Amino acid sequence: MDPIEFRLPHTIHRPAASAKHGPVTRTTQPIVTGTSVVAFKYKDGIMMAADCLASYGSLARFRNEKRLMAVGETTLLGVSGDMSDFQHLQHTLEGLLTQEYDMDDGQKLGTKSVYKCISNIMYNRRSKTDPLWNSYVIGGIDNGQKFLGFVDLYGTTYQSTTISTGFGGHLAQPILRRRVEGREDEITEEEAVQILEECMRVLFYRDARSLNKLRRAKVTAQGVEVSEPYALETNWDFAESIVGYGS
Amino acid sequence: MLSSITQAPVEAHSHNRWEPYVDNGGTSLAIAGADFVIIAADTRQSDGYSINTRYDPKAFELSNKTVIATTGYAADAKRLVEVMEQKAQSYFHKHERVMSTPAMAQLLSNTLYYKRFFPYYVFPILAGLDSQGKGAVFTYDPVGNMERTVYVACGSASALVQPFLDNQVGFANQRAADPNRLLDRETARKIAIDAFTGATERDIYTGDWLEIFTIDQTGVHREKRELKRD
Amino acid sequence: MFRNQYDNDATTWSPHGRIFQVEYASEAVKQGSAVVGLKSKDNVVLVAVKRSPNELASYQKKIVRIDDHMGIAMAGLTSDARVLSNYLRSEAMRSKMVYGRALPVGRAVTSIGDKAQTNTQEYGRRPYGVGLLVIGHDDTGPHLYEFNPSGVVSEYYAYSIGARSQSARTNLERNFEKFEDMPLKELIVQGLRALRDTLQQGKLLDTLNTSIGFVGKDAKMTILDGEDTQAYLDLLDEGEAMETE
Repeated sequence: MDPIEFRLPHTIHRPAASAKHGPVTRTTQPIVTGTSVVAFKYKDGIMMAADCLASYGSLARFRNEKRLMAVGETTLLGVSGDMSDFQHLQHTLEGLLTQEYDMDDGQKLGTKSVYKCISNIMYNRRSKTDPLWNSYVIGGIDNGQKFLGFVDLYGTTYQSTTISTGFGGHLAQPILRRRVEGREDEITEEEAVQILEECMRVLFYRDARSLNKLRRAKVTAQGVEVSEPYALETNWDFAESIVGYGS
Repeated sequence: MLSSITQAPVEAHSHNRWEPYVDNGGTSLAIAGADFVIIAADTRQSDGYSINTRYDPKAFELSNKTVIATTGYAADAKRLVEVMEQKAQSYFHKHERVMSTPAMAQLLSNTLYYKRFFPYYVFPILAGLDSQGKGAVFTYDPVGNMERTVYVACGSASALVQPFLDNQVGFANQRAADPNRLLDRETARKIAIDAFTGATERDIYTGDWLEIFTIDQTGVHREKRELKRD
Repeated sequence: MFRNQYDNDATTWSPHGRIFQVEYASEAVKQGSAVVGLKSKDNVVLVAVKRSPNELASYQKKIVRIDDHMGIAMAGLTSDARVLSNYLRSEAMRSKMVYGRALPVGRAVTSIGDKAQTNTQEYGRRPYGVGLLVIGHDDTGPHLYEFNPSGVVSEYYAYSIGARSQSARTNLERNFEKFEDMPLKELIVQGLRALRDTLQQGKLLDTLNTSIGFVGKDAKMTILDGEDTQAYLDLLDEGEAMETE
């Protein structure tokens, strides 16, 4: 008797493998997604922000999602893309951190090590053509030096003084390049917050998958701080003059 | 009879299959001389129309006598370099001496061919001195085909740079010139710089910084120069 | 033939709570020529006397590089040490590949300690016949560890293993408090002094039989042999002249 086979959405079926073990499944598109992460270096360390929305297509599905996470004492992780893939990685990282803690030998997993580790996971998954559908921004202070790096579902990695993922790459990155590049050792925390909020405001105005409820985070020599969610002041006066579909 | 209903096998390679490769751009070149070799690469990393970063080095010292430069898919390139570095170290431990450039060249070919059916999407060039102390340049395709040449350009601006080198280094189709003449060090360096200035002007994937490595009997010398950032 | 009826294998206890095979393995360590290790707050040094089985043979290698930040010196069965150093080298590479960091020295030594312990608890196995001094520099500074066939690993300020190493240890115990602030060069000379105490009467340290290794905050793992050791041997003699004055 032949088994009944169903074709699941977003699933690749490999006929030979399906009889015994069920279909071979892999992410071929993200489902519940987070949008941009914006990050840059400033005088005391790294600033990062992401909003609290996890969308299901065009539906604003989860509106209190945590997309910024501390990894150990000196590392900050920001994520965009598929939220379930992120939470899977989060689980892996927490395991790794526990393992490291249990060693109890005074060795700390520094930002660069966390970055290398996540990069390897991402590259290895892409090499199985079974990627984790995310872009990650990893910031921190390693051996007294500021570090800011990126890795995506292709395992592509790079370091820069300003990094933005997703829509932020188009809308926030030009602002950051103008205001931060070459000044990363001068910018005070106050100015950094102002720059960050300018970026997030632009993104909220123009990115239809964003939310005016965001978290801000920083890494300094004192460690990682992730803020509670808060909203930005916005100005919709211009909307008054728009009649019909606008122009 | 429900149990007899089966679905036609779904093609594994349907339209929604994910492509595991991206092209991150970048350009590299190498020019061999009588007792030296120059190898250079820009440091821009791109993804489509976006510049990811202005400084992501593509050229690496595999030893104190061999330098590799990579273009193409950055993630594969970095892994390839890492694998080569570890193999070079294993060789050093086993034989208590640094691997020669021709040996490294063959090793790189083997390493690429090992992944013949899921290739590193990388266009490497390798430069160093051969056993007679002459400059040596090796070029590859992503699956390990290797050729020793006197000069070469690779990557996103290779179609711009290679003809320039054919003219300036190879003296191609120039009746009065000796096509086998080798350049002196300073001329080679200047041509390398001009090649990148030109490539940066016309290729959006090339720019930001230029790293030039000169290899001779005394070792590897690195120089970092600015390129246009637009 | 046998010392007693409880030493046929490494998994049998004697009624006095001893495992003879492990003790015999530790004897093998004492057969090897001596090695000395010592550290300051920034650097850590190994010095060793090499032996040659006869006039026609080369000298046996005593110090081995594991990675830029780590090295070992051996006393006992050199071939067993080779197995261990190959393992350490691959672990060091793995650490670089997976975490992008130098393998923490303590973890490296524990990992071979665990391998040695397995040999003392599984039937049909033989304990390693070699002792190691492992030096390295990681995020928590310079380290000097001793590894021995029982699987016990210990960290030291200064230590010595191998033939007649008690003499070196006595020397080190007298002097180790001065090591903390010593510059690298002096530290090496101090090591050579302790090493010299292990030599038989009439034997001298020379460029043929001396091996020096060091690693530190600003120095990658370096091994000096042959003519490269001359500068330090000269310092050794200079100090001597001053002491007798």
